[in-house]
Amino acid sequence: MIAFHSPQTLEDASALLAAEPSARPLSGGTDLLVQMRSGRVEPAAIVDLKQIPSMRGIRAHDGGFAIGAATPCTALLDDAALCAAWPGVVEAANLIGSVQVRNRATMAGNLCNASPAADSVPALIAADARALVVGPAGEREVPIADIPAAPGKTNLAQGEFVAEIRLPAKSASGGDAYLRSIPRTEMDIAVVGAGVSLVLDSSGTCTAARVALGAVAPTALLVEEAGAALVGTGLDDAALDRMADAVRAACNPINDKRGTVEYRTAMAAILAKRATRIAQSRAGANS
Amino acid sequence: MSKIAVTATINGDEQEFLCEPGESLLDALRMRLNLTGSKEGCGSGDCGACTVMMDGRMVCSCLVLAPEAEGKRIETIEGVAEGSVLHPIQRKFLEMGGLQCGFCTPGFIVAAKALLERDPDPSETEIRYWLAGNLCRCTGYDKIIRAVQEAAAEMRQERVVS
Amino acid sequence: MTEHNPLSQFRVVGTRPVRPDGIDKVTGKAIYGPDHVAPGMIHGAILRSPHPHARIRSIDTSKALALPGVKAAVTGQDLPHLPGKSVSLGEGEADLANLSCNCLARDKALYEGHAVAAVAATSASIAREALKLITVDYEVLPHVIDLEDAARDDAPILHPDLRTQGAEEPSDKPTNIAFTFALKQGDAAKALDGAAAVASGRFAMPPVHQGYIEPHACVASWNADGQGQVWCSSQGPFMVRAVTAGVLDIPVSDVRVTPLEIGGGFGGKTTIYLEPVAMLLSRKAGRPVRLAMSREDVFRASGPAPGLVVDIRIGADAEGNLVGIEADMLYDAGAFPGGGTMLGPLVLSNMYRYPAVDIRTRDAVSNKPSVAAYRAPAAPQITFAIESCIDDIAAQLGMDPIAFRLKNALRPGDTSAMGMECGEIGFVECLDSANAQDHLKAPLGDNEGRGIAAGYWINIGGASSASVSLAEDGSVAVVTGNPDIGGSRASMAIMASERLGVPYEKVRPIIGDTATIGYSVVTGGSRTTFAVGRAVVQACDTIIADMKKRAANVWQVAEDDVEWRNGAVHCTAKGNDNAPMTITEMAENANTTGGPIAAEVSINPHDSLPAYGVHICDVAVDPETGHVSIKRYTVVQDVGRAIHPDYVEGQMQGGAVQGIGWALNEAYIYNSKGCLDNPGFLDYRMPVASDLPMIDTVIVEKPNPAHPYGVKGVGEVPIVPPLAAIGNAVKAATGKRIRELPMSPDRVFAAINGGK
Ligand SMILES: Cc1cc2nc3c(=O)[nH]c(=O)nc-3n(C[C@H](O)[C@H](O)[C@H](O)COP(=O)(O)OP(=O)(O)OC[C@H]3O[C@@H](n4cnc5c(N)ncnc54)[C@H](O)[C@@H]3O)c2cc1C
Ligand code: FES
Ligand code: FES
Repeated sequence: MIAFHSPQTLEDASALLAAEPSARPLSGGTDLLVQMRSGRVEPAAIVDLKQIPSMRGIRAHDGGFAIGAATPCTALLDDAALCAAWPGVVEAANLIGSVQVRNRATMAGNLCNASPAADSVPALIAADARALVVGPAGEREVPIADIPAAPGKTNLAQGEFVAEIRLPAKSASGGDAYLRSIPRTEMDIAVVGAGVSLVLDSSGTCTAARVALGAVAPTALLVEEAGAALVGTGLDDAALDRMADAVRAACNPINDKRGTVEYRTAMAAILAKRATRIAQSRAGANS
Repeated sequence: MSKIAVTATINGDEQEFLCEPGESLLDALRMRLNLTGSKEGCGSGDCGACTVMMDGRMVCSCLVLAPEAEGKRIETIEGVAEGSVLHPIQRKFLEMGGLQCGFCTPGFIVAAKALLERDPDPSETEIRYWLAGNLCRCTGYDKIIRAVQEAAAEMRQERVVS
Repeated sequence: MTEHNPLSQFRVVGTRPVRPDGIDKVTGKAIYGPDHVAPGMIHGAILRSPHPHARIRSIDTSKALALPGVKAAVTGQDLPHLPGKSVSLGEGEADLANLSCNCLARDKALYEGHAVAAVAATSASIAREALKLITVDYEVLPHVIDLEDAARDDAPILHPDLRTQGAEEPSDKPTNIAFTFALKQGDAAKALDGAAAVASGRFAMPPVHQGYIEPHACVASWNADGQGQVWCSSQGPFMVRAVTAGVLDIPVSDVRVTPLEIGGGFGGKTTIYLEPVAMLLSRKAGRPVRLAMSREDVFRASGPAPGLVVDIRIGADAEGNLVGIEADMLYDAGAFPGGGTMLGPLVLSNMYRYPAVDIRTRDAVSNKPSVAAYRAPAAPQITFAIESCIDDIAAQLGMDPIAFRLKNALRPGDTSAMGMECGEIGFVECLDSANAQDHLKAPLGDNEGRGIAAGYWINIGGASSASVSLAEDGSVAVVTGNPDIGGSRASMAIMASERLGVPYEKVRPIIGDTATIGYSVVTGGSRTTFAVGRAVVQACDTIIADMKKRAANVWQVAEDDVEWRNGAVHCTAKGNDNAPMTITEMAENANTTGGPIAAEVSINPHDSLPAYGVHICDVAVDPETGHVSIKRYTVVQDVGRAIHPDYVEGQMQGGAVQGIGWALNEAYIYNSKGCLDNPGFLDYRMPVASDLPMIDTVIVEKPNPAHPYGVKGVGEVPIVPPLAAIGNAVKAATGKRIRELPMSPDRVFAAINGGK
C-alpha cells in the first residue's frame, strides 16, 4: 500500500523523498496519477508538494519572477505582470490539456515528467528560465534545459525536487511566443513545439534570440544556431529561412503514433518561423 | 490495511470518509459516498465526465487523489440544482436536447456552470474551448453549445432583473 | 440552423417536449452500467493477454486465490465448450463458441487485451493485486495485424479450423479469409473500358472505435439453484440474456437481465464481453460480482468497426449516366469471423443505377479485437470510396456534383443491383433539398473547399414488444424492452400520447427487464422508433378497440356506432345523446366494464424503408501544415417523419461528427509488436467541441407508409457521408484526392507536398 504524505516544509519534503527510493513528488498529479493507474510507475510513497506555502504562487524575483513549483497553469493567467512579460510561457503552459487539467497541472510537473513533448519546456528554455532545485544537499539553480535527461528521466538526485521556476527580467524590447502542432485544436500532445524569445533594438534589429524545440529529440532542445541566424538581422524572410534551416538541421525526431520524422521536421521549421513573427510583433509592441 | 480518514465539504455538507491512499477522488465519491453522478469515462483526464469543482476550480476528479480532498470544498453534479429547482443550465440541456445518452452530461453541466460563473457572456468559441476537455460522442456538441448559450442569456437576464 | 417544416396534422408528433428521463440525467441520479450496486457485491477484475497471438499452455490461479479477500477465479476452461453452436439474436445468428472465446480465451489469445482469466475479491484493489499473482504460460505465436497481410496465403493462421464461407471452390486449406461473396451483372469491365469518364483507385482505412463514453460494466448474481440476474447497460437486454445463457449453456429463462441506463453504444453494445464471466465468478463466490472495463480495455478488447481496403472503378458515359462499377472489398473482421459480410455489397448497390456490376467482398480475421457493429456497419468505409469516385467522375464530365447524382440516383420503382425494390425512398428529395441550400452559395475563402457526399443505410425492423396500460386515473404506462440511447422514451411517449389523445405528461415510458415484457431485438439498425414505435401504437390501438367495445356495452349500441376521437369514445348511433366518455372516465370505471385496460403487442415488421442523406461540408486547409478544419457543415436527411425533432437532429449531428472524426483523425494504431499504441482518448482522437462548427440540419420528411406516423430510421445514415464529403472538400481546397484515412495533418501535408 502506498503512503501519502503532505509535508509543510521544503526540508520535510526533501527528507521524505530521500527516505524512499521509489517515492514521487506530487504536484498537479496529471501525469503521475495517469502513470500510476496504468501501472507504469508504482511508487511506495507520494509526497504532495502543494501544502508547502512557498511552493504556491508567483512573486517578483531579481526583476523577474519566481513561480512556486506547485502553482497550477491557470493561476499564471491571473498574474497580469507575468502575462505581460512572458506571454509565450503563459500561453505554452495554458495549452496543456483542458481547463480541468490546467487547474491542476504545473510547469514544474511538466518539466520533471520529462516528456520530450512537454509544452511549457521549450517556452521556458527560450525564455532562459531556471529551476530552483531543493534537496538534501541544499539548493541549486539549474537551467531548464538541464533538468530532463531522457524521456521520463531527469537529472535530479534522490530527494531533490524543483521548488521554483525562475524567469529572468524581461528586456523592455523583448517578446516571446510558443506554438505547437497538434491534430485537434485542444487535448493533444504536441507533435512538435517551438518556443522563440527575441530582443529587438529600436531599429527593429534582433539583438538576441533563443529558439527551442519540443518533440523533435529525446529532450527539448535549445537550437543555438537558429537563434544566431536571427541575431543582427531585421528578421527579414531570408533570415527566417536561415533560422528554419538551422531548426531542421537540429531535429532528430522519431516516427511514432503522433507523427513522422518528415512531418515533425517540416513542422518544426514552420512553427519556429510563425512563432518568430509573433515574438517579433510582441517585441515591437513593447519597444 | 491502513486507510486514510478524509474530511471535506461536499455539496455544502461536511462529510467524512475512509479511503485508500492511492484511490482517486472520483472513486471515493462514487464508491464511498454513493455520489455516482460523476462518471468515469477514462480515468485519465481525457473525457471530463468526472468533472467536479474543488475549492472553486473545476478539475477531473479521476486525477485527484482522495486524500488530497482533505479540508477542501467539493461540488459535484448532485449539488448543482437547489433542492428540486434545476439550475438554468440543467433546464436548458433538457429543453434543447443537449443530451442523448446523458453519460457526459454531469461533467458538461459542472464545467459549463464554472464557465458562466466566471464569464456571463462567453462567445461560441470561448464556450467550445472551455468545454474541450469534455467529450461527448452522441450529440456532435451543437445542442450542448446552444444550451450553454441560452442558459447564459437567461442568467444574464435574471441578473438584470434581480 | 435547423430546418424542419412539420405537417401540422398532429397534436404531439413533431413537437419537442422535455424527455421523461431528463431530470435524472441532468442531476446525476440516473443509474448507468458502472453505477449499479447489489447488496453484498464484490469486485471482479480481468487478466488480459499482453500478446497479440499466443497459445495458452496453462494458467495457474492458485496464488491469486490464496490472497486474502479473493473469493473466486475463473479461466476459459470454466466455460462450456460449444463448438458449432449458435444463438439467435433475432436479426441473425451468432456463433457461441466464438462469443465464448471472446469473453475468455480457451486455448489461444488472439489479440492483445484478449481476456484470459478473471478474479473476484472484496475490493477492486485486491482484485487488481490478485491478477498479478496469476501465472499464464504462453507460447507466443507469430501475429498478423495488417489486413492485407492477414489475407495472404502465407499469413499466420488464427483459427486452424476456419474455411472460407461462400467460396465458389471450397478448399480444405486453413485460411484467414472467413467469408466471400461476389455479384456479377452484365460486363462491367467492358462498360468501364468504354466509359467517357472513369474514377478508380485503392481506398484504405484502419479500424475505428465507436467511442461511447461509458465503458462496459455489469453486475451479475448467480444462485446455486441456477437462477441468475444481470444488471448492465446494453443495446438490448434480450440480447444479453440470449448470449449469456448461450455461452453458459443454461436455460434462457434462468437469466433475468435488467437494463440500466446506457451511456452510448452506436452498435458497440449489441454484443457482450463481461456478463458470462461475472456470472461464473458469482456462482463460485456466492456473491454478486461487478465487472467493469477501463478505457484501455474498451479500446483493446471491445469491438472496433472494421477497416477496409477496396479497389474500385466506376464510370459514366458522356451524358453522365453511370455505366458500371467494379469493386473488390476486403473488410477486417478482427479476431473472429463476422466483419462486413453482405453489408458492403448492399451499400455499394443501393445508391445509384448501375447497368453493369462486378463486385466481390471478403472478410479476413487478424490479431485485433473482434469487430462489432458501428452505426451503419460497413457503410461509411465503402461509401468513402464510392462518393469520392462519383465526385471525380462529375468533375471529369464538368457536371455539377448534385446534378450528376440526381441523374443516377435510385428512386421509387427501381430495383437495385442487389435486388432492393425501392419503395418510398427519399434519395432524390434529399438531393433536391441539398441543391436548394444557401450553404451551396456561400462564398469560400483562400485555401477553402466545399464537398458534398451522399449516403445510404438499409434500416431494419424486427421483433418488438410493447405494453400499454391505463392506470386508474387515466394516466398511461408504456413498457418496452428497448434501452433509450438518445431520447427514444420521449418518442414512445409522443406516439402513445398522439394515439390515445392524452397529454404527453400523462404517459410514462418505461424500459422493462427481460421478465416484464415480451422479446425485443436490440436498439440498433435505426429500428426503435419504427418497429418498437409501431408496437406501441398497435398496443394503443388494441386498448382503444377495447374501450370502444366497453362503451358499446355501456351504451347498449353496436360497436360500429362508437367512435374514438380526441381521447374519448363518442356515440354516433342516430338519435342517441350519450355524452362522450374520456379515457380518464374509461379508466376510472374500468372495473365495472370488464377489468383493467391494458394490452401487450409483439410484432416483427420487415417493411422498414432505407434512409438517405446528403452532407455539405466546407473545409479550410492550412497549406503549410496540412491541418483541415471544418468551417461549415450541413446535414440533409430523409427521416420519413420526425417524431421528436430535437432527437432526430441530435442523431444527424452526432452521426455527422463521428464521421468527421473518422475522416480526420481517428484510427487504430498498432506498433510492431502487434499491440495497440493508442488505447486512450488522448491519442485516439475523437472530435472535441473546439474542433467543430455548429452542425446545420435539414429534415426531409417523405413518410414511410409502413409506419403509422411515417417513421423511417434516423440513427445510422448520418455517419455515412462525412468521410467522402470531407475528402471531396479537401480535394476542392487542395486539388489532391486522398484515398487513405484518416486525413490527418501529416497525410494531407504529404499529399500537398508529394505531387500526386
Ligand atoms: C488529459 C491530459 C492532457 C494533457 N495535455 C498535455 C499537453 O497538451 N501538453 C503537455 O505538455 N502535457 C500535457 N499533459 C501532461 C501533464 O498534464 C503535464 O505534463 C503537466 O504539466 C504535469 O504537471 P503536474 O503538476 O500535473 O505533474 P505531476 O503529475 O504532479 O508530476 C509529473 C512528474 O513530475 C514529478 N514532479 C512533480 N512535481 C515535481 C517537482 N516540483 N519537482 C520534481 N519532480 C516533480 C512527479 O513525481 C511526476 O513524476 C496532459 C495530461 C492529461 C491528463
Ligand atoms: S474520467 Fe476523469 S477525465 Fe475521464
Ligand atoms: S450524450 Fe452521450 S456522450 Fe454526450
